[in-house]
Amino acid sequence: MSAAASDLILLLIGVGGVLVFASTIGFILQRRLSPDGSNAVIENLNARINAWWVMVILIGLAFIAGRIGVVVLFAFCSFAALREFITLTNTRRADHWALAAAFFVVLPVQYYLIAIEWYGLYSIFIPVYAFLFMPILATLRGDTERFLIRIAEVQWALMICVFCASHVPALLSLDIAGYEGRNVLLIAFLIIVVQLSDVLQYVWGKLFGKTKIAPRLSPSKTVEGFVGGVASATLIGASLWWITPFTPLQAGLLAFVIAIMGFFGGLVMSAIKRDRGVKDWGYLIGGHGGLIDRLDSVVFSAPVFFHIVRFWWSAT
Amino acid sequence: MLDLKNSGNHRRSPLSGKSAQPAQLTFRSTLAVSFLASVGNINVIKRVLAGPMSGLIVVFARAVTAVRAIWPESGPPQGQNIYFANHSSHGDFILVWAVLPPWMRVRTRPVAAAEYWLKSKLNRFIGCDVFNAVLIERDREKRTRDPIEEMSGALDAGSSLILFPEGTRNETEARLLPFKSGLYNLAKARPTIDLVPVWIDNLNRVMPKGEFLPIPLICTVSFGDALHVGPDETREAFTARAEAALLALSPKQEGTSQ
Repeated sequence: MSAAASDLILLLIGVGGVLVFASTIGFILQRRLSPDGSNAVIENLNARINAWWVMVILIGLAFIAGRIGVVVLFAFCSFAALREFITLTNTRRADHWALAAAFFVVLPVQYYLIAIEWYGLYSIFIPVYAFLFMPILATLRGDTERFLIRIAEVQWALMICVFCASHVPALLSLDIAGYEGRNVLLIAFLIIVVQLSDVLQYVWGKLFGKTKIAPRLSPSKTVEGFVGGVASATLIGASLWWITPFTPLQAGLLAFVIAIMGFFGGLVMSAIKRDRGVKDWGYLIGGHGGLIDRLDSVVFSAPVFFHIVRFWWSAT
Repeated sequence: MLDLKNSGNHRRSPLSGKSAQPAQLTFRSTLAVSFLASVGNINVIKRVLAGPMSGLIVVFARAVTAVRAIWPESGPPQGQNIYFANHSSHGDFILVWAVLPPWMRVRTRPVAAAEYWLKSKLNRFIGCDVFNAVLIERDREKRTRDPIEEMSGALDAGSSLILFPEGTRNETEARLLPFKSGLYNLAKARPTIDLVPVWIDNLNRVMPKGEFLPIPLICTVSFGDALHVGPDETREAFTARAEAALLALSPKQEGTSQ
């Protein structure tokens, strides 16, 4: 067995162990406090843990399937996220062709470029070409009503849900000396750090949270949760250095950057939800809300993580 | 020499090997015969295709719209019902259908316009065989059968119905068109059956009129509490009540209107 595969298996066993632990706690809490399913917090906690099982199994399967598996998984994530995002925008009938192009041309092309590792094009395809051609497509119907708002919303949706999200599988295309064949572990590192940072911010906030950090954007986020979550995610990142090409110190610094970006990503997406008067982006993931509710911190940290690693570690 | 057991086109083929078991051969020829017979009978093929086809359509609708049912506090409707819904797209009843549990779905028939669903062979296959629609003739002057009788007959046979009381697709900016009299007349004809309001949200954005490519957007189907027509209730009073019950299920317009 290659070193990469054994590391991956070790990692999956570790994550599985954490989930078994979480499920056990959830089960005990339910027996003690909510035997008839009446305690909403406990029920939500268990729904979240169950959804984590599904997400971990899906990601694990994609990792085992290799590069194509990961690209296809994230293409579907982008599809579901874009669907949630566009549902909340102000599109009009005249946008039909532009929207069809977003879903059926821009999204598949972006992931195809990721699959063939054409960095020069996938890093500008949506920011430049979609940016120019989508409004052109929108003008063809001649509807000027709220035109700027409409095209801006669609471009923003594509940037967040497709462009940024596609930087997760793009990590596979980095060429790092001495790290060949192990890039999938970079994705694992990113996802574990950013998701644990979210979970730990929630846990620290529930335990010690007093001072609201952004009361108008996200009333449940607290300073204590933020500090505790980011600090513990940084430590966890540093302790995962063995799956990365980084030293423990570098791994900790990168984990810190990932956690910070994830936190602000959550704030931005939360501001959009408030603007639209919804609590969740959707209902895809039981207990969590929509896919974007889970993906918001990943999409903000992925491109930054990608570019830092590419600039300082990658040979290409 | 002629083998009488395997006559005609069922003769042992050289490709099947020298020691093909007779049992297998008989089984194969039976399959072939029934296949050939069914080719002659288009209705059998239609019936065989209709099941998987409806499954495919529901899977497709779910993949595009991630449709989600919102049930009333009293829970999902039970038994036989008349579902009355807003109508803005050809796909409306597919979404209602998709969120119903499978055992209710097989007994639920959409009420649709005969002139549309009999227009072509494909329409007829989808309308009659796949969806088992109760087809009614909308044109008062030309029609040969009474729609209320058609619908009552389907109810008497035990089916639930999906009805669009606006009578046509709503292509205006208004949330709901004034109801036609059909819902009231049907409710009067079969007063014991529950009338369940159903609001279908967002499907008009998925596939606006005249477009053939659906845009993936999240849709919801909200069910309300059942209504009945009162014994002395006038058409106007009942229609106003039914319209209000349906409109009450529509989500508030958030920023989508100026």
